[in-house]
Amino acid sequence: MSSTTVKSSSAKPSSAKPSSAKNTLVGWLMASPLVLILGCFLLLPIIAIVAVSFWASTEYSYFPAFIFENYEFLLTSPVTLSVYIKTFMFTGITWFLCLVIGFTVAYFLAFHVRTLPMQIGLFLLCTVPFWTSNIIRMISWIPFLGRNGIANNALQDMGLIDEPLEWLLFSDFAVILAFVHLFTLFMIVPIFNSMMRLDRSLIEAAVDAGASSRQVLTNVIIPLTKPGIMIGSIFVVTLVMGDFITVRFMSGGQSASVGRVISNEIALLQYPAASASAVVLLLTVLIMIGIMLRFVDIRKEL
Amino acid sequence: MKSKTSNKAGSKYLNSKGTQRRTLMKGAAATVAAGTITGAPLIWAQNIKNVTLRQFGTGVSNLNDVANKVKEDLGFTLEMTALDSDSVTQRAATQPKSFDIADIEYWICKKVWPAGNLQAMDTSKIDNYDNIVGIFRNGKLNPDSVIAQGTAPHSVGFVDGPEGKEFVDEESGWMTLIPTIYNADTLGIRPDLIGREISTWAELLNPEFKGKASILDISSIGIMDAAMVCEAMGEISYGDKGNMTREEIDKTMAIFTEAKKNGQFRAFWKSFDESVNLMSSGEVVIQSMWSPAITAVRSKGIPCVYQPLKEGYRSWGGGLGLSKNLSGLELDAAYEYINWYLSGWVGGYLMRQGYYSAVPSTSKDFMSEDEWGYWFEGKESQGEIVNPQGVVLEKAGAVRDGGSFEERMGRVACWNAVMDENQYMVRKWNEFIAA
Repeated sequence: MSSTTVKSSSAKPSSAKPSSAKNTLVGWLMASPLVLILGCFLLLPIIAIVAVSFWASTEYSYFPAFIFENYEFLLTSPVTLSVYIKTFMFTGITWFLCLVIGFTVAYFLAFHVRTLPMQIGLFLLCTVPFWTSNIIRMISWIPFLGRNGIANNALQDMGLIDEPLEWLLFSDFAVILAFVHLFTLFMIVPIFNSMMRLDRSLIEAAVDAGASSRQVLTNVIIPLTKPGIMIGSIFVVTLVMGDFITVRFMSGGQSASVGRVISNEIALLQYPAASASAVVLLLTVLIMIGIMLRFVDIRKEL
Repeated sequence: MKSKTSNKAGSKYLNSKGTQRRTLMKGAAATVAAGTITGAPLIWAQNIKNVTLRQFGTGVSNLNDVANKVKEDLGFTLEMTALDSDSVTQRAATQPKSFDIADIEYWICKKVWPAGNLQAMDTSKIDNYDNIVGIFRNGKLNPDSVIAQGTAPHSVGFVDGPEGKEFVDEESGWMTLIPTIYNADTLGIRPDLIGREISTWAELLNPEFKGKASILDISSIGIMDAAMVCEAMGEISYGDKGNMTREEIDKTMAIFTEAKKNGQFRAFWKSFDESVNLMSSGEVVIQSMWSPAITAVRSKGIPCVYQPLKEGYRSWGGGLGLSKNLSGLELDAAYEYINWYLSGWVGGYLMRQGYYSAVPSTSKDFMSEDEWGYWFEGKESQGEIVNPQGVVLEKAGAVRDGGSFEERMGRVACWNAVMDENQYMVRKWNEFIAA
């Protein structure tokens, strides 16, 4: 996505030059597939959602209107606040854990594994879990973490605990565990990519200049892999903010997230209310990404 | 109160209407006979093979075996789509062109009928109409039964004409849904993990089962179970559990929110499979449950009881509704299908899973005497009881939880319902889930 935007924006000034009508036409034709696709599958649906969010509804039908009731209810309901707090909590903790694990794995792959075939081999190993659907990966935690699951049985057999740990499953712990498991790869890939493109001579120079390995990490590697970290963070944050199925299954239906609220509203035929929630969620995520992009100029760094 | 008085009026009406209907039926039979002579049905029978009817509904009755049998017996194709209750409601209300036959519950009917996507059925075209259990016609299992609270099927079963939008209380001859299956629900328990007698709904919130209880997260049904519990605890007495006031909803949800915060619940379930898994893994020892889910747990060899409780059952019923878009040959095929549905084979199939059929008398012919005795009459089984797939459910000498049809359906305290304050209730339910 971001790379295409770069291209189209850099192509603009050249096509804007009024050299000939033919050039303009070619420019338009070249841009049209992207415009069509984004227009039909991104812009139009969003416009529809925004429009429906002002509609009125009864229990079984909804009809065009221009009312603010959906937003009024959403923004004044105590549930919205608690659900957003919960979602931010899930997002924050998941992001942090994914970052720590993702960075460590990427660092190991990029700097400790010497040969390229080995690096690629190990990297592919990281993607093995992705050969199955993410729902299956998530659900397979349930028998593992259950009251009589493998985890509890193993811990009891080792004598570490006397009674099964109840909080392993159907808890916030389980939700975050599943999130981290599902989304860490989205952090590993861009960070690994940034690290591989990092000019090794910079590290040599830093070492020659007397930097300790910690200083190399904090002063050279982290600043130079920031774009990768940021791209990974955007992936993780947007995925967690919009999730509903992981929260539902891993919390045993006992925790709510913004996505679940929307899915509930859709299930109850409250499309206008669901649209309003979706618009608010969209704006929230956009603001979050906007803030994150403040820290790094991804276009420049790529 | 209102419904009671109008039902008296309804039964009076029935007497005059009943005779009228029978004459009509004779007339219809005569027409059919005349048709046979001209040979028209033969052409019709060939055309009907090209008909495809699209049916959707909840998983309970959307069975491929039924579709196969339809092909075999009637010759036309029935496409089945199974969805959860919410999606079913959604589709019936918003996508009329996506289905020909809606297999929905009566409370869903109350919700979606005003959307105008379904057409009423002419009961004179239903062969077994007179044999349909009283619950679906005048609301009474026996003449002296008291009608339970909630959306009782007969109250949304009839409209005033083919285009009718308003439900009427008497048997008007225009039916919204042709009843197919129904059952009485209660709590499921794991007797091996509880080890004592459970006799009241109040046990669901007993701190003894902290972290081992569950309730279903489908607001319109969950609230009923919650109400049964609160009433059994003596905390709230409801005017009508099926149509609560805001105050009653608030009180009910307050009790359940407190229990949730105290860690009473292990999980909430939304689908049949989830309830089976929670129970069979021992994560949960007491929860709201559906009858075939109990059977599914038991067929894994895990003890599970559908515990009859002194306050009575929460009951539900489903039926087939016709899409407004059906006409001509397809409409004829749909009537044909419905008549076939009530003629016994499906009834027997469903009853061997623990549901009840709307016309038990025809189902009896498709069940063995032992099966009929076990499932319907509440008698001790003589031999092994197997389900339609051939899995052994019970050994000889078993007795159905709750007993006979009369004992179970006669003790319904409340029907699944949609309330006047439904939107308020849903908001409160969502707060409870998010709490």
